[in-house]
Amino acid sequence: MSTGLPALPERRLSQLLANYRRDLARQRFWSLAMLAAVVVLVALAGRGAEVEPGKLLHHLSGLTSYFGRIMPTLRADHLTGDLAEWYWNFFGWLKLLFDTVLIAYLATFAGMACAGTLAWLAAANLAPSGAVRWVVKRLLEFCRTVPDLVFALLFVGAFGLGPLAGVLAIGIHSFGTLGKLFVEAIENIDMNPVEGVRSVGGRFVDVVRFAALPQVLPNLASYSLLRFEINVRASSIVGFVGAGGIGQDLFVAIRKFYYTDVSAILLMIIVTVSIIDVFTERIRHRLAPVESVG
Amino acid sequence: MNARYAVLTVDPAAVLAQHRSLLTKPWQQRAAAIGWPAVIAGLFVFSIWWLGISFGQIGPGLAALFKFIGLMFPPSTGGHLQLFLKAMGETLSIAFLGTLMASGLATPLAMLAAKNTSPNGMLRFLVRRLLDVIRGIDTLIWALVFVGVVGLGPFAGVLAIAVSDTGALGKLFSEAIEATRSRERETIVASGGTGLMGVRFGLMPQVLPIIAGQVLYFFESNTRSATIIGIVGAGGIGLQLSEQIRTYDFDQVAFIVLLILVAVATIDWISAKLRLAIIGRRQP
Repeated sequence: MSTGLPALPERRLSQLLANYRRDLARQRFWSLAMLAAVVVLVALAGRGAEVEPGKLLHHLSGLTSYFGRIMPTLRADHLTGDLAEWYWNFFGWLKLLFDTVLIAYLATFAGMACAGTLAWLAAANLAPSGAVRWVVKRLLEFCRTVPDLVFALLFVGAFGLGPLAGVLAIGIHSFGTLGKLFVEAIENIDMNPVEGVRSVGGRFVDVVRFAALPQVLPNLASYSLLRFEINVRASSIVGFVGAGGIGQDLFVAIRKFYYTDVSAILLMIIVTVSIIDVFTERIRHRLAPVESVG
Repeated sequence: MNARYAVLTVDPAAVLAQHRSLLTKPWQQRAAAIGWPAVIAGLFVFSIWWLGISFGQIGPGLAALFKFIGLMFPPSTGGHLQLFLKAMGETLSIAFLGTLMASGLATPLAMLAAKNTSPNGMLRFLVRRLLDVIRGIDTLIWALVFVGVVGLGPFAGVLAIAVSDTGALGKLFSEAIEATRSRERETIVASGGTGLMGVRFGLMPQVLPIIAGQVLYFFESNTRSATIIGIVGAGGIGLQLSEQIRTYDFDQVAFIVLLILVAVATIDWISAKLRLAIIGRRQP
């Protein structure tokens, strides 16, 4: 313990210390400046969003009692009776959930089909024309930036209430997001097969079919399955605006304060979504090894 | 010379017949190549039948849609420019405050949910399940619930985004924390620091850039979700949008959609710059 650190000369030490203090002061200054900016933004946003902490405190008990109230009364001595009362409309909701899943399926299918057709035109390495590529890219961007619920509102007006509006709305949104992913997958392919097909006189369609598609097919399938998972969540919501599925019943239950119905429907949605997640994840894992071979 | 001659004399059909088995795929692969598309197409037809979608609906629907689109041009403010701008400001405020609150709530929960910082396994399990349940419920459902609890208005939207993102951010943060190196913390504890100091000086510097990037990314995506929660009455531009759609004022709908696109693009741009700055500063 007697071997101390070799002492630095006083001048060197004071210089190092000064440098350290300067750096620290600079860092502190920026941290404080960032903090001040955030505080100013919070104050501005707080005014904009009419945030009243007092209101939150006042309603906090309302929030906890809300979750208390949506809980069903289940008593051990007549559990079946209580369960039957809680899930009084079990088969009706089950049918609506099935509708919801099918809406998600149709929307994913439509989005996948359109994106799978157009993505080739927007990929930098295959696109036959720059103008077409630009147009398709902007179209995809538009479809993915406008929220699906906005499309659903519009389509309910045009096509009437019902699942068709939901399918189209979610389908268009899926087209936008899947298109972007597909384009990125296509832009990352190995170009040697493409050159091979071109060198023997293949046209654009031949290049796509025999050089590009075999390389990206597992990826496209995997992305579509992932999108299906997301779309099941989305299709349980579009019913809020009348575009079919279980959302309509959930909306009514929340709005009209049918407390136990809310928890019953939410539980069914969560269970369905997790079953589908597990199921599609299995398939996606089976697709993964193909990806590494192809 | 001799070998080439030999190849030319061989009958191509005979060679083909001899090696047919190499050129044909096994029956499982052929069955899958036909079976999967058949299943997918069959499900498609079944879904259309089950949902009662008729193709007769599509013609008149498209006609109505094109009429709507025709009415959208030229986009017009309808004299409500100030109202729309205020609503857009409300949307941005909701997204900002919601994300900020969510990251504040998610950080301690993530600490409890991460394997290397959680004080106890049981607590960790409970927190993780809590985050799963929160994440399983969509933002819009939270918005509806909070409208019921605190009444109509943007405050309900802030709370909805704060709660639903706490689930997602909590999971992402805990994964970031689990991916850190433990050496820094061990060094600090070994040189006499407390566990809390280890977290502050050993762990936080590693995860902060990742957390900041994720928070910015969620701010972007929340700007999008904050545009729609107004549809259920939780404030922001969504309320105006759904009103204008319901009253068939499509020129104003087009204006609002354009406003949303511009706002989202601006936020994306700013947050991409900030994210680059954060990553750049940490990797000299």
